[in-house]
Parts: sequence; structure tokens; C-alpha cells
Amino acid sequence: MSVPAEQNTPVIKEILFGRANQKIFRDGLWDNNPITYQVMGICSALAVTTNVSTALVMSLGLIFVQGFSEAIISALRNHIPPRIRIIVQMAVVSTFVITLDLVLKAYFYPIWKQLTVFIGLIITNTLVVARLEGFAMHNPPWKSFLDGTGNAMGYGLALIVVSSLREILGSGTLLGFHVIPGSFYEQGYSNNGLMLLSPGAFFVLGLLIWGHRTIAKYVEGK
Amino acid sequence: MIYYVNLLVKSIFIENILLVYFLGMCSFLGCSKRTDAALGMGAAVVFISTVCTPACWAVKHFFLKKGAMSWAGLPGLDLSFLIFITFIAVIAAVNQLTEMIVEKVSPPLYNKLGIFLPLIVVNCAILGAAFFMDQREYTLAESLVWGFGSGTGWALAIVALATIRKRLGYSNIPGSLRGGGIAMIITGLMALGFMCFSGISL
Repeated sequence: MSVPAEQNTPVIKEILFGRANQKIFRDGLWDNNPITYQVMGICSALAVTTNVSTALVMSLGLIFVQGFSEAIISALRNHIPPRIRIIVQMAVVSTFVITLDLVLKAYFYPIWKQLTVFIGLIITNTLVVARLEGFAMHNPPWKSFLDGTGNAMGYGLALIVVSSLREILGSGTLLGFHVIPGSFYEQGYSNNGLMLLSPGAFFVLGLLIWGHRTIAKYVEGK
Repeated sequence: MIYYVNLLVKSIFIENILLVYFLGMCSFLGCSKRTDAALGMGAAVVFISTVCTPACWAVKHFFLKKGAMSWAGLPGLDLSFLIFITFIAVIAAVNQLTEMIVEKVSPPLYNKLGIFLPLIVVNCAILGAAFFMDQREYTLAESLVWGFGSGTGWALAIVALATIRKRLGYSNIPGSLRGGGIAMIITGLMALGFMCFSGISL
């Protein structure tokens, strides 16, 4: 009576990674990218992007926090009283953020020091709140997990693009290695210090939004 | 006294919480389409920030800091890892209380500010101000000034952006740059302008 294992696996694969689920995942990654399309979670996107390594750690942290908190909220979704749902969501998110903070503090202390308050501010990252409210409250846990990780990866992608631009133009390095050849500097090239300051972050992100929306042919308010 | 004035100037202009630390960007972009909405949101943020930062200070000082629980006979207890979750709970509670009090005391004000108050829980400018207060180990008076100053700085920036965006209605911007993109570039220019304050030595 038992189903042979080789027949069983495609079914499970279809359930876990079927077309609909792939779409959910891809949606956050590109079509509906949280930073450039929804313009959400901008605070940390600007603050941690002076170099690639902090942006990378921040993105991995957000993937962890968002994936798991969406899965948990979605598992609890039928038991949360609607009036207090925001505070329940906040409590779940902050639990994961505290875990993340303690792990980073223990194993990646220099980067934790650079990220300062921005790990804690994941709690109020509107991207997390909006996906919890808009997706996890109406969908089963596995789909919510995919949606969370997909969106967080889309967020990470935008962060890595912004931080690479800022690090290359601002300090001439990428992940700490020099990428602009020394001969450039001899010709009179110099690093653009503005890229490391806050206005540079706003400009790069503004141009990134413009670029992505031009390719995706999206016009706001139409 | 002059020290507190300096701290106030520093928190409003030199270390503007939005333009230098990027906090509160989401509601900044969302609520800056109309000037009256920007004013309402700004006023609500100033108020909540002024109340919340000292409230968070008190919670930290009497419950969370290492040795803070000695009044309860637990001198060795260090609960500082709970700062994230307690601060957000304090902010949510203060928000809810304010909403209830304002609704009871002044219905006209509630009609104006009521829709903004729930949004403020997820405004990172408030939580960020509280985290900076914790990190820089401000005293009670300092945290009061810092809370008020950072809220005012945020309100100043959002009202300025709303006014600029109103004028933008008359300009012809490339389709895909409209909305988020152009708002971001304008904010960059504003940040550039605010950088001139960093030359002030206090």
C-alpha cells in the first residue's frame, strides 16, 4: 500500500516548490522588489551601505528575521486577536532580532559595532511589518516563509548594489580590497568622499529606483 | 543650561535624525505628499518622541540596566538584552495611551492627529531616538532634550519635503523617476544643505 519513494518525491517537490510558490519567491526578488518598487525599509538600506560587508551581514540578518517571523506569525494567524495583532507581530519580530543581535555580538563583534542601532531597528523596518500584515496574516506558513525570504533577498540585492557603488566610488575598495588601480590615482583621480556621507546614499538609491523602474516600465501613480 | 541648548541645536540641525541617520524614512516618504498631512505627522512625532525617550530612559534605569533591580533585592540581575522588546512595547503603550487621552480630552485634535498615531509605532525615528539615548547613556534631562530635538528635526524635514513636493507638481519629471525616485534625490539635496550645519562648533 505504501507509495514508493521515487514516486513520492516529485509530489513533495511540486508542493514545496511549485509554480505558484516560485512566483511568490520571485515576486519579492525582482518584480515587486521591496526597495525599488515598494520603497520600504529604506532606513537601514541607506545607513548600512557605506561598505559591502555591513550590507551583506544586514541582508543575511534580515533574511533570517523575516523568513522565520513570517512563518511563525502565519502559523499563529488564526489565534491572534485582531485588536492586538501589531503588538504580537512586534513581539515575535523582536525575539528574532534579539537572537540575531546576540549572535552578531558574540561572533562578528567588529561588524556588530559598525551596525550600531540598525540591528535593533529591524523591528520597525516597514518591510517586515508590511509583509507580516499583508501576506503572513492570510497565507499558510511555508508560503509565508518563501515570501519572507524572497522579499528579504530582494532587499539584500538592492542593498548590495547600493553598497558596492558607494564603496567603489567612495573609498576605491570592494569588500576591503582595492579595486581602483593605482595608476588612476597617479593620473589625478580621487575618491568621492560624498558617497560615504548621507547625501551620497540618497542619490545612489534615487538613481537605483529610477533605473529599476525604467527597466520594469513602472510609473508611480498611474 | 547652555549645555542643553547646545544639545538641542545638535539634535535638530547637526545630527538631524532623518537626514544624517536616515531614521523614519518610510513615513517620511509616505506622508509628505500633502502639506497638512506632513504637519500633522510632524506634530505627532514631536509629541510622542518627547514622551517616549524619557519613558524608555526610566524603564532602562529602573528595570533593565545592570544592577537596576537592586530595589527589588536582585542586585546582580542584568536584563539589558531585553532592551529591544521593552522599548518597542513602551512606545506602543505610550502611543495607545496618547490616542485614548487625546480622544477623550480633545476630539477636534483627535480628528486631526488620530490617523497618524497608529503609524508612529512603526516609525523608526522614535525607536531610533530611544536606542541612541541608550547607547550614549544620556541622563533624564538629556534624554528629554534629545527626544524633543530629534522629533523636531524630523518634523522640520518632512514639512520641508512636503512643500517641495507640492511645487514639483508643476514640473515634468521622467515617468519612472516620479514618486519614490525623485523624492529620494530631493532628500539627498536637503541632506547636502543640512551638512553646512556640521561646521558649527558647540
